Amino acid sequence: MRYLDKAAVENIAVGAAFLGTGGGGDPYIGKLMALSAIEKFGPVQLFSVDEIKDEDFFIPAAMMGAPSVLVEKFPKGDEFVKVFQKLANYLGKDQITGTFPMEAGGVNSMIPIVVAAQLGLPLIDCDGMGRAFPELQMVTFNLDGMPATPMAISDEKGNIGIFETINNTWTERLARVATVEMGASALVSLYPATGAQMKQSGVHHIVTLSEQIGEIITSKNREANDKLQELLKLVSGYELFQGKIVDVIRETKGGFNLGQMHLEGIEAFKGGEMKVHFQNENLIAEKNGQVVAMTPDLICLVDFETLSPVTTESLKYGKRVRVVGLPAHEKWRTEKGVQTVGPRYFGYDYDYVAIEELVKKAVAENV
Amino acid sequence: MYRIGIDVGGTNTDAIILDENHHLIHAVKSPTSLDIKIGIETSLRNLLQESNIDKAQITHAMLGTTQCTNAIVERKKLAQVGVIRLGYPATASVLPYTSWPEDMVQKLSGQYALVHGGYEYDGQVLGEVDETEITALLEKWRGSVESIAVIGVFSSIKNDQELQIRDLIHEVYGEEFPVSCSSLIGSVGLIERENATILNAALCKVIETTTQGFVQALKEEGITDAAVFLCQNDGTLMSIDYAKQFPILTIACGPTNSIRGASYLAKIKDTMVLDVGGTTSDIGVLQDGFPRESSVAVEVGDIRTNFRMPDIISVGLGGGSIVRSDNGKITVGPDSVGYKIGQEALVFGGNTLTTTDIAVRLGLADVGDKSLVAHLDEGFAKRVEAEISSIIEQAIDKMKTSSGDVELVLVGGGSVVIPDAIRGVSRMIKPENGGVANAIGACIAQISGQYEQIYIYSTEPREDSLRDAQEKAVKQAVLAGADPATVELVEVEETPLAYHPGNATRLRVKVVGNMK
Repeated sequence: MRYLDKAAVENIAVGAAFLGTGGGGDPYIGKLMALSAIEKFGPVQLFSVDEIKDEDFFIPAAMMGAPSVLVEKFPKGDEFVKVFQKLANYLGKDQITGTFPMEAGGVNSMIPIVVAAQLGLPLIDCDGMGRAFPELQMVTFNLDGMPATPMAISDEKGNIGIFETINNTWTERLARVATVEMGASALVSLYPATGAQMKQSGVHHIVTLSEQIGEIITSKNREANDKLQELLKLVSGYELFQGKIVDVIRETKGGFNLGQMHLEGIEAFKGGEMKVHFQNENLIAEKNGQVVAMTPDLICLVDFETLSPVTTESLKYGKRVRVVGLPAHEKWRTEKGVQTVGPRYFGYDYDYVAIEELVKKAVAENV
Repeated sequence: MYRIGIDVGGTNTDAIILDENHHLIHAVKSPTSLDIKIGIETSLRNLLQESNIDKAQITHAMLGTTQCTNAIVERKKLAQVGVIRLGYPATASVLPYTSWPEDMVQKLSGQYALVHGGYEYDGQVLGEVDETEITALLEKWRGSVESIAVIGVFSSIKNDQELQIRDLIHEVYGEEFPVSCSSLIGSVGLIERENATILNAALCKVIETTTQGFVQALKEEGITDAAVFLCQNDGTLMSIDYAKQFPILTIACGPTNSIRGASYLAKIKDTMVLDVGGTTSDIGVLQDGFPRESSVAVEVGDIRTNFRMPDIISVGLGGGSIVRSDNGKITVGPDSVGYKIGQEALVFGGNTLTTTDIAVRLGLADVGDKSLVAHLDEGFAKRVEAEISSIIEQAIDKMKTSSGDVELVLVGGGSVVIPDAIRGVSRMIKPENGGVANAIGACIAQISGQYEQIYIYSTEPREDSLRDAQEKAVKQAVLAGADPATVELVEVEETPLAYHPGNATRLRVKVVGNMK
């Protein structure tokens, strides 16, 4: 066990935004909420998965909705506790051992810290994605057949709902409608899990990894290249491209932000071009017409010089970025994982190929 | 018919006169004084005496000033602000002033209240305004606040609640009481918009003295009939009344004026501009005659804001930058001898090697006594020149939007130190009178209006939405002093919003017109 203080929270916010692969929204508001909560209630305990007991019981906390709404209408502050306790009561549990993040990315790396601080509960170093994805069934717990419900959902006005659904895809559908009605931003608690389930089905050490990534990115007086090499070593990643955004095409479809951006190579990648497709998160990267990374592997855009993560909302013509690719957690690379979050689920006509293979192929063919 | 333009910079106050055909009649420079009024008066007096024009023919007077920027950075002359945030119970998880520098909060007294109100993302009511709640608050604050900032959740969609609160404040505190409404200042992003609105509210006293000082200085020189304007950071002008409502819009108008003036002098509307001062150089991009706006949240005095700012890169390279050689490694800047260049540079008999000395040694510039740098090795000087080129090359590359070479307009007092050939630059243009490009930029500015709102295209078709936004932007421009007949649309930005069923789009339009 260790304590997360304000400095740790700053780093986790940066690292999680990196793992958020462009999605999860601007982490700024989430960070301010977490910092405010720690200031008021004190540092939060972080336990690793190895330190919890199989029979312990945990409930995650997250926000659902439009990142662009969150930057304008953010929570009151006590609804986290309300929705969390509502689910605990519904489950008939008087003893909840702790909480944990649903995903690494933007605001959802921060909400469980707020809950942990307010309730004096420990945070567990484990999530259900190891990155960010747009839909509720896109969690590793789902791959192991864990139900998302019972689920509690609440808004800042005090409306609270409980869902019991027939499967996790229905949870996503119904919760999405409720979220839109609640003003396109809601608090959710779902996938209640025992310690044994977290050990088996969660992505371990994600908070610590986020923090380590954040530490590297925010470290001062260091060359961007040196920082990047250290980062790539930490996450077994690849620098896929250095480029300038020359075009961003966006559309809103089915409640999501879809689009693609075109990059023109700079520095070592001069003369080349890259296209990145996104649906909230970055999903496919094509270099000179050839796919070099695809979902569920991570495609992260960072600022060329500071390496600070670039979210899909802030993509703008002229911005200089580096494109970094990381292998996804092994759970996503299983057959069920690829079915749930692979290229075909998002409507791309590709069979999933691991980034290691794609990079090797690109190097061999000199793409 | 003449126009006068004055730019109060950190070091110099520049003043110029243009005739009705925008020809430069005369230009003067004088040191900026602590009390800016004195510096303005001196510049004006010299300008009028030396040019000997008929004062009665002066129709317009424009002022570009860094007073508001300085007030924030130095935390001086700021007003006590009351902050009213409409949206409770939403948004209480992050209170006003969170993550502000402590000394700044104390200067502004840190008074705030979260009250009921605000809108949802689709325009539905989040909370109704409770007038008794506001009135009670105003009674409590009476005498302890000098200015009020009003911020409503999603006020960019509907701002009638903010305006209702403003009217209420005027009823209780009087018509003259300064109120800043966030919907008129920043874009979507409550915290950043709130921060910008608080800063705007805090500047009400600074802008009052600055504008009064300017009008007074003009009067003392016998200029009483001219229309008086202040420069905004988007390269357009605002009337004195408008400036009093939106002092924050003067922040960063200096670099903007320089690049606008440079574009005018070089007669190019789409170009990159390099303005070289004594300590730093600013690089900006002109698109269709206006500066490109920054796309990231901008910090002003360590406070994160989201009001519009020009996209400017500053590098620590100027005419006074100190040149060093350490074990064969050459460095240039970022420190500078600054305003002491006349004593400290070698060519002026000093002991510090500066970029100006290198320029003189290589025959690029003819200032001071060139025999004092004759001993410098030419090879060394060339290597310093290469280092200067490299600093500029990198900065230019960052500002480019495509890989092609760009035209570069070079202005500013320190521009002699910039070599003629820079990689990535197809043509370097050094316009005549580039030294007073900023005052010229102030003088030729037009008037703009901007409007931003989230529109639901499924219920309000795109064309209608565009028309509505444009009408509102034109209203803003006219309020700022534009002639309605000349106003035209110059920019449309559309950002679709995620998770929304009705094809919601954040639409921002900008219009520009000539002065009335």
